[in-house]
Formats: sequence, structure tokens, C-alpha cells
Amino acid sequence: MSEINETYIPVSDIGIRRRATASIAVIGNPNSGKSTLFNRLTGLRQTTGNYPGVTVEKHSGTVQLSDTALELVDLPGIYCLGGFSTDERIAVDVLLGRIEGTPRPDGLLVVLDATHLYQGLYLLQQLMEMQLPMVVAMTMTDVATASGIDISIEVLQRHLGGIPIYPLVATSGRGLEALKEALEQIDSAPAPSIPESWPELSQTADQLMGDTANGLPRIDVIQALLHPESKRAGVLQQQHGSAKLEAIREQLFGDEPPQACEARHRYGWVNEVLREAQRQAPVMKRFGANSWRWLNRPWPATLLFFAVMALVFQAVFSWATPLMEAIDLGATLLAGQVGKLLPEGALSSFITDGVIAGVGSVLIFLPQILILFLFIIVLEDSGFLARAAFLMDRIMRTVGLSGQSVIPMLSSFACAVPAIMATRVIPNRRDRIATILAAPFMTCSARLPVYALLIAAFVPDHSIGWFNLQGLVLLGLYLLGIIGGLATAWLLKRSALRGPKPQFALALPEFRLPNLQTVLIKLWDRARIFLKRAGTVIFVVAIIVWGLAYFPRSDGIQIELQSDLARVQTTLTGEPLATEIQRLENTAAADQLAQSYLGRAGRFIEPVFRPLGWDWRVSAAVIAGFPAREVVVAVMGTIYAVGEEAEEASLTVKLRSASWPDGSPIFTVPMVLGLLLFYAWCLQCAATIATIRRETNGWRWPIFAWTYMTTIGYVGALLIYQLGSLL
Amino acid sequence: MTLKELHPGQSARIDKVDARQPGVVRLMVLGLIEGVEVQYENSAIGGDPMEVSVNGAAISIRKQQAGCFSISPIASNV
Repeated sequence: MSEINETYIPVSDIGIRRRATASIAVIGNPNSGKSTLFNRLTGLRQTTGNYPGVTVEKHSGTVQLSDTALELVDLPGIYCLGGFSTDERIAVDVLLGRIEGTPRPDGLLVVLDATHLYQGLYLLQQLMEMQLPMVVAMTMTDVATASGIDISIEVLQRHLGGIPIYPLVATSGRGLEALKEALEQIDSAPAPSIPESWPELSQTADQLMGDTANGLPRIDVIQALLHPESKRAGVLQQQHGSAKLEAIREQLFGDEPPQACEARHRYGWVNEVLREAQRQAPVMKRFGANSWRWLNRPWPATLLFFAVMALVFQAVFSWATPLMEAIDLGATLLAGQVGKLLPEGALSSFITDGVIAGVGSVLIFLPQILILFLFIIVLEDSGFLARAAFLMDRIMRTVGLSGQSVIPMLSSFACAVPAIMATRVIPNRRDRIATILAAPFMTCSARLPVYALLIAAFVPDHSIGWFNLQGLVLLGLYLLGIIGGLATAWLLKRSALRGPKPQFALALPEFRLPNLQTVLIKLWDRARIFLKRAGTVIFVVAIIVWGLAYFPRSDGIQIELQSDLARVQTTLTGEPLATEIQRLENTAAADQLAQSYLGRAGRFIEPVFRPLGWDWRVSAAVIAGFPAREVVVAVMGTIYAVGEEAEEASLTVKLRSASWPDGSPIFTVPMVLGLLLFYAWCLQCAATIATIRRETNGWRWPIFAWTYMTTIGYVGALLIYQLGSLL
Repeated sequence: MTLKELHPGQSARIDKVDARQPGVVRLMVLGLIEGVEVQYENSAIGGDPMEVSVNGAAISIRKQQAGCFSISPIASNV
């Protein structure tokens, strides 16, 4: 320690360095206003990283205090330390320091919703047993007062062994400064005393701890007793022997699940506290419920749900279209400009058709994704999504799932990647996997360009009564996706994922106006995760597909093109010359593609797709689409020699006239219908596959999903083509 | 009588919970335990699942699990 004499460090610096390492977990019930408080405290000083070795994002931020800074870690909302869903288990694992490489938090900021003290105190009581320094923020105090709930902070504090409680008014931000001051003092706060709700459990835990030196922390002993299946329970068992623990559990819990006994004891304590600390029991008619009460009745609520969903879809598709067109145009213009600057060749093609087109193909999804996320976050924060799950539970039960699968399924109409990540709220792993495998069937935004092209080209623009035939076919494709997804869930729940009926116990939050800052921060956060997860995959795939379509280059074709161009320049002028140059260049591009790796692969694989009525060109486009289905239209544009950025109309004409060597048309009605069905059911998206792998922690399910969806897509297309051709 | 047979708007006190049935523990963790007063608030179409409230917290519960909660109704003073 001789360096101390040699180096001068200002005292304030030492303070900051020490404090910056202190990490405070922000924890509370779902919908307790936890995220809003987190955002108010940290502002935009937030980061989203990963917990080492876990597939879940770590959401943390820095709170600037008068002369120090603390790290706040935002955790998913929970009701107890039991952890039913993946989301809840993560929160519990972080709290209890069970994630390797992530130490236990140094303190807790517990968010208590004044209108839901009942469930809030239940969690708080369990958290007190962790014996970490703790500060309680009480949110929604204004709402509580308005609905006639009168809470005595002093009495409550006395019952909680003196833990500091800070009432907050979210709308005005009152109380925030006092809370910050308390956070500043958090590590000098005394560890909370343990509430005596279940003396037998406390005594048993103390005894077990006394029996072994160097044993588990107290909270771990309690959790190990309550959760015999957990890892910690195994450690406890090694220390004490299974016979002894069996006997202890038998004595404590009888033949009932431990958590049930726990709930009885702890809620007994909660009710006792509330009797003294809460003057008036919360009125059953909840805040704001009176005038809008009828909207919660079964039929109005269900109709409202469908109306809101119709609005969301309308918005996702109509608001996003101009933005998407702008991005598309921007990418094309940029590629054109860059193409002019660079000498023709591999580098120019790589930059324009590879990099710029690749970035464009990622960005093009952003408008729809952002609008969808915005709606989902607003609906989530206003309490509407929980209602939706409640209302749709009965329908989802028919395929063996629960209402909680509804939200991921709805998200997957824009993109399956966020949908699969949204399945983390589903408690049962089997139900979660069934939902993950059903989600990619829904018609996502990447399928639409292919649908639009083929429908416009081959479905007559007839009116059938009030409906338009093209519209009906599109509707049919959406239904096909829904049917495919639900049937898949149904089948899986009856075979590989057979298990007990899914549970559906959900807290239903009341309708609340979402906080704008929270919504925007969440939107930014989810967009960033989407760009990172899906964006990188889509971009890399775009580059690979470009490489396969570009290499190898045939010099012969280029030489021939040059001589043809020289020839027409002497014979033609003006408009006909430009057209002819364009035609020659497109033909050369098509010839190059034909002998590229992609073209060769198309020819190689053609026999496989021949029974579906596809020639090598369609086969090559489909192969190019396997990693990312959105590239298909561009590949078809090149392969049919109309240029990549050609008007859809000219590609339509080409497709209609495409023929087999014997002159019969390739794109017949059965072939097109089969191709559409193939697109509806096939898993042609590397980003989705990567996400399934992450979320299921292995290759088993992504491989299954890909094989299964490709098989039924193929068989479906085969049947439609073969049967249709017989007619 | 069980929670299943309650009518919308009615209140009841929970007498006994059969915690061994699947899905019941989760509901107990949310606060549906012996001795508390519950009110049947709403339901989805067809009456299943039900929405009940306890101490100001609304909870969604399927009929199947509702059958595991023995109750005695509280006469409403309407």
C-alpha cells in the first residue's frame, strides 16, 4: 500500500468510483409504475445489454445523485419470488444472484402501488427476507386518494420494521427528490427486520443454517425449502440429506404445495398490516371504472377488442406504406448515385446490390415494426393487452393454449421476431414453445410483397358481389397462416408438447393512461433490440445472397454485352437506343444470374420442385428466399431480365409469358396457388430461426420448425398443383 | 358452493382452497386465499374465464380453477 503516498487522489473521486459500482435492483409488481419510475430516475442514461449466458436483455440505467451515481437495474414485474414465467424467473434469478457473472444487487428499490398494496406487500415481505438495504417508493398515491384509499405511511413503516417509504405522485413528480436522497443513503440503511408471518419457516431456516457452517444465505435456505425442484434445493439436500428435508417439508407444508402454505401465511400477515395501515378498504368500484363499466361486459369488451385490432392493422399497413416507399426509393437512388461514382465491377455491385440493398432491406421493416410496437406498448401499458388475453382465453383453449398466447400471435402479423420474444410471459414451457412454433405462420410484412406480386399478376381483378377477388385471395392467405399456426399448436399440444392443460391466472390491471416518456423509451428500446437481433441477420443474409447471385462472373457474357452495346449505338439513337441498351443489360444480368451459384443451385434443385410446377428460375428465387423471403421479388426481377428495380407491371408481363421449352405457360393458376401456399407456410427467415434458437436455448426447435414448415409448404403446394392440373 | 357458481356482481368469502389442483397455487399467490372477500366482476363471452376482485386487485380465473374455491356468498345490500 505504499502507492498511497505517491499518488494523489481527490476524496470526491474515490466516492464516485465506489458508488458507481453499487447496483440497485428496481423491483415491484407488474403495472405498478415501476418502469415509469425507472425512466424518471435515469432519464435517457439507459443501456440494454445481456446477462452473460442468458438470452434475456439486461436493462439498466444510471441515476445521478447530488455527488454520486448509482446503477439501477430494471427487472420484469413479479408477484412473488416463485417465478412462474421465463420473465419472472429472470427477475428472481437476478435478485437472488443466481446468474453467473452477475453478483447480487447491493440494494433494492421496491415499487409499491398504493392501489394494490395487497399484492405489493406480499412481494415486499418476501424481499425483506433477502436482508438487503431497501427503499420503498409508493406510486399511484394520487389515484389511491381519488378512489378513497387512505394509507397511513407511519403505521405501514412500523410494520415493515422502519424501511423508508416515499410516496410519489407520478403526474407532478412530487416526492422524487426525497426518494433520490434516500437512494443516496441506501447503503447505510439497516437491513430490514424479517416480518414474523410464518415463525415455523423462519425457525426451520435458522436451524438449518445453524447446523452447517459456511452454508447458504438465509433467503436461499427459505427458497430451497419452498421450491424442492430448484438448484438451491439440491445444495441444501447435499448438506442435510434428503430424508431430513423430506421430514421438515412434511411438517411445514403437509401434503399441500409449499407455495400454497406460503401464500396463506404471508397473506395472513398482509391482511393484518392492511387492517391497521389502510383506513378504508379499497372500494370495489375501482377508479374510473364507473362510467366505462359497461365496456368491460363480455360482448362490448370483445367487440372493442376486435375494433382496436382492426385499427392497429389499418395503421400498421396504411401509415407505414408511404414511409416504406420512401425508404425503398431512397435506397434505389443512393445505389444509383454510388453506382455512377464507382467503376463497374464486383466492388460497385457489392456496394450497391449488396450493402445498400441489404441495409435497405432491414430499414424497410422499421416503419411497420415501429408502428406495431408503438401500439403494443400503448395497449400493454394501458392494461388493454391483459384484457385481450382474458377475452381470448376461451378461443385459444380450443387449440390447447391460453389467452397469453394471443399477444405474440398478434405481433407476428408484423414480424415473428418480436413475437417470439414476447412469448416470455407464458408460464408453461410447452405452451411457450407451441406459441413460438405457431407464430411464424402468421402473415408477416415480409410475405406481402410476394403475395402482392403474384396476386396482381395472376388473380383476375373481378368483383364478386361486394368483394374483390384479389382481396379475397389475400384474405384467404391470411386465414391460411392463422389456420396453419393454430393447427400446429393444436397438433404439438397433442403430441410432442403434450402436458397438463395450460394455466391461466392473470392479474387484470385497470385501464390507465400510459406515460408518454415510458412509451417512447420502450419503443426506442424494442426497436434497438429488433435492429440488433433481426437486422444483423437480415443484413448478413442479404450480403450472402448477393454473393451467390453475383459469383462466378462470366467474362463471355460481359464481352458479348459490350459488343452488342457498341453495335446498337451505331444503328439506333434516342429513345429506341435507351430501351435497347436497357434490354441488353437486363438480358446480360439474367444470363449472369443463370450461371451464378444461385442459378446453378436453381437448376440443380429444379427436379425437386418440378412436381410443383416450378422451373429453375422459380426454384432459384425460392432458394434465395430461404434465408430471407423478402429478397424473392428482387431475384425474380433480375432472373426474368426486367432489372431489379423494375416496375412491378413489367415483371408481371414477364411472369405471365414465362414458358416451358414446349411453350406451355409456367405460371398456371394451380402453380401460382401452390406457390402462394408455399410462401404462406414456409419458414423462410433466418432471423426467425436465430430467434427461436435463442429463446429455446438450442437447435432442436428451430430445426424442427424449419423442417416441419418446409415440408407442409412443399406438400401443400404439390397437392394444389397436381390436383389443380388434373381439373 | 364454489366460486364457479357465483353470479356477476355477487360477493363471497373464501372458505377453503383445494391447493392440490393444477393452477390453483398461482391464484393463491395472487391473493385468493381462505378468509378473504371476493367479488365476481365480469367474464369473457360464455362466462369463462371469470374476473374476480380481491382487496382491489382484479384477477382472471378459469371456471375449472374456480371450482377449487369453496365459498359462502355474502348477501348484497342492493
